[in-house]
Amino acid sequence: MAMTKWNNIKKSTKSNLITFGIVIGFYLLVQILSAAGVMTNSFAGQLVPICAYVVMAISLNLVVGFLGELSLGHAGFMSVGAFSGTLVWVSLYDTVPHWLALILAFVVGGLVAGLFGFVVGVPVLRLSGDYLAIVTLAFGEIVKNFMNAVYLGVDSNGLHFSLKDSNSLGLEPDGKILINGAMGITGIKKASTFTIGFVLVLITLIVVLNLINSRSGRAISAIRDNEIAAKSVGINITRYKLIGFVTSAVFAGMAGVLYSLNFSSLVAKKFDYNTSINILVFVVLGGIGSIRGSVIAAAILTVLPEMLRGLNDYRMLIYAIVLIVMMIFTRNPKLVAWRKQFTDKVKAQFVKSKDKSKKSKGVA
Amino acid sequence: MKKKIISGLLAASMVLSLAACGSSASSGEASSEAASTTESASTEGATGETTPIKIGGIGPITGAAAAYGKAVQHGEELAVKEINEAAGYTVFDWQFQDDEHDAEKSVNAYNNLKDWGVQILAGPVTTTPTLAVAAETANDNVFTMTPSASAQNVIETGDNVFQVCFTDPNQGVASADYIADNGLATKIGVIYDSSDAYSSGIRDKFTEEAGVKGLEIVADESFTGDNKSDLSTQLAKCQSAGAELVFMPIYYTEASQILTTANKTGYAPKFFGCDGMDGILDGVEGFDTALAEDLMLLTPFAADADDAKTQAFVAAYEEAYGETPNQFAADAYDVIYSIYQAVQSANITGDMSASDICEALKAEFTSMTFDGLTGTGMTWDASGAVSKAPKAVVIKNGAYAAM
Repeated sequence: MAMTKWNNIKKSTKSNLITFGIVIGFYLLVQILSAAGVMTNSFAGQLVPICAYVVMAISLNLVVGFLGELSLGHAGFMSVGAFSGTLVWVSLYDTVPHWLALILAFVVGGLVAGLFGFVVGVPVLRLSGDYLAIVTLAFGEIVKNFMNAVYLGVDSNGLHFSLKDSNSLGLEPDGKILINGAMGITGIKKASTFTIGFVLVLITLIVVLNLINSRSGRAISAIRDNEIAAKSVGINITRYKLIGFVTSAVFAGMAGVLYSLNFSSLVAKKFDYNTSINILVFVVLGGIGSIRGSVIAAAILTVLPEMLRGLNDYRMLIYAIVLIVMMIFTRNPKLVAWRKQFTDKVKAQFVKSKDKSKKSKGVA
Repeated sequence: MKKKIISGLLAASMVLSLAACGSSASSGEASSEAASTTESASTEGATGETTPIKIGGIGPITGAAAAYGKAVQHGEELAVKEINEAAGYTVFDWQFQDDEHDAEKSVNAYNNLKDWGVQILAGPVTTTPTLAVAAETANDNVFTMTPSASAQNVIETGDNVFQVCFTDPNQGVASADYIADNGLATKIGVIYDSSDAYSSGIRDKFTEEAGVKGLEIVADESFTGDNKSDLSTQLAKCQSAGAELVFMPIYYTEASQILTTANKTGYAPKFFGCDGMDGILDGVEGFDTALAEDLMLLTPFAADADDAKTQAFVAAYEEAYGETPNQFAADAYDVIYSIYQAVQSANITGDMSASDICEALKAEFTSMTFDGLTGTGMTWDASGAVSKAPKAVVIKNGAYAAM
């Protein structure tokens, strides 16, 4: 009975439920493992970065997989979110309750990143072609170099800002430097926990999956598939592209906040081109347009280099080989066909044995 | 189709065999370690030895900063080997983890060492990762001694964090003092990397102290990590401002470019660098070291110093790794030996918890004096900063010479 109900659910909903099931199952598994005290420090320390990267991958997949555009500077949005959210957290830490400061940090981080997404998106998304890739690439570099040069301090006279050095801030002796150029923000009180990360992943999944399966989401996919056809049925191209892109930027910003509050220091250098590409690798290996794939790929590829520590000098070599093998395995048409054949066979076997058992029951 | 499958299988088997190589190598290491511990356990009592103390190292042995991480790794390895051989049993169990010069990876590496049961941390090597890891070790109360992370914030993280190297502010102040006190120049040009915490940290304190000492900064030029392929503009500005001395608190790769450009344009001021300059004589491929003639630098270690300690270290290092040790290797070597001295005088054993060891080492370090490669009569205050005399060397005939 339950089975037929399951079968009656719409296919996309079913797929979404499986994704949620995987995430929640993973959360419960971790809780059980840590309660049983068998979790290693190494794994426990990676849980928050995993969540941050999962959110980043989902967010980027929205752009790459559903909007059909390429963003090569997603770490830039992560960076502005991280810096603004962390500033809120650091300045509110002593004055308001921690839970409130934390929520505000996430909201501000998301909003600021969203704002930048809007600013970048408005001119660029009117164009079609590879322009977004070029502009986001530049955006990521601009953010990195700008944040590297920013000095921000606070004293009794208010905020001081400089692009030169910390001496030129002219702080009173009681003043405190908030952002110290290339040193970034230091002495952050750590706040991120796995549970917060888990909640953020769930929120991201709910919003993104709902967006994809909504009217707007179908419009976005239509634009991706054929812009002219979409225009001809009256879809406002720029508007829907912007909806997708800004949503993506907001979650990238929140992921940045989650990430930065997991460490005691935050530097702009972290959010460079390599990080952007790394996240793109998660999306491509997980399958462009597959949210579940992004979640799984981000989690596995974050943990993998750490799992390979035992190999010492071979570590990064093996990591590269694994990436290539995974790419071939998931993308090579012949291998895909072969895999499909294999799963079909297994399925057929499964159905047969089921039929048999039914029959044998019937006889009995 | 068949061919493809076969080649796929071959590739897979290659991966597996490589993986097997790697893991068998590491498991071999582990088993030899285990063997040595059981050996030492069997002879225990006769020589009064104890359970080995687990020391962990962290540093970038891949990526852009790998040169520093490798040097530290080798320096630590050599020191541990020597100590264990001299004692006749395993005093220190030692392991080194890669952090790729990244804060996140560094914390991962530290967690990995924690799973291994690390009791003392000899690392990390670079500043940004150290800041992140130090917050964790302060939380766990694990004694942390960094060979080369020189930012002031590093030791401010917790009272368990100590440095063997000078802090950046100290280097900046010491450089300005040195230039002023020895009357090297009065018009100074500065070229620094504004995207690098080390470089801008030194430069900030240098300009401050220069003002106090009556030095005139006539040009203050910066570049960033992304924009360093051509540094001729910065140098030209120093030249047109009439700088007699160019202060370069930067790493040797960029410094070698500046020296080459200066030679081409015929600009010949005095050049003065800090410890990041160490390595300019053999670290840059295709660089004519004759151009580094008369370059002055503030470094705690010179490989051709003629004291017995340095010479023994350089000989052993060259034999083991086939290269001349730089200051990072010497710092790392000092880290292990200073810890060894403290361990001996405080009677610390591997049976103690990491936190107890940390307390004992803290007490010991703030009261002891250590003679190492990078300075004699080194002492530490409670903040974790080292106090030793700054040394400046000048390059003469392609080698360091004391000034």
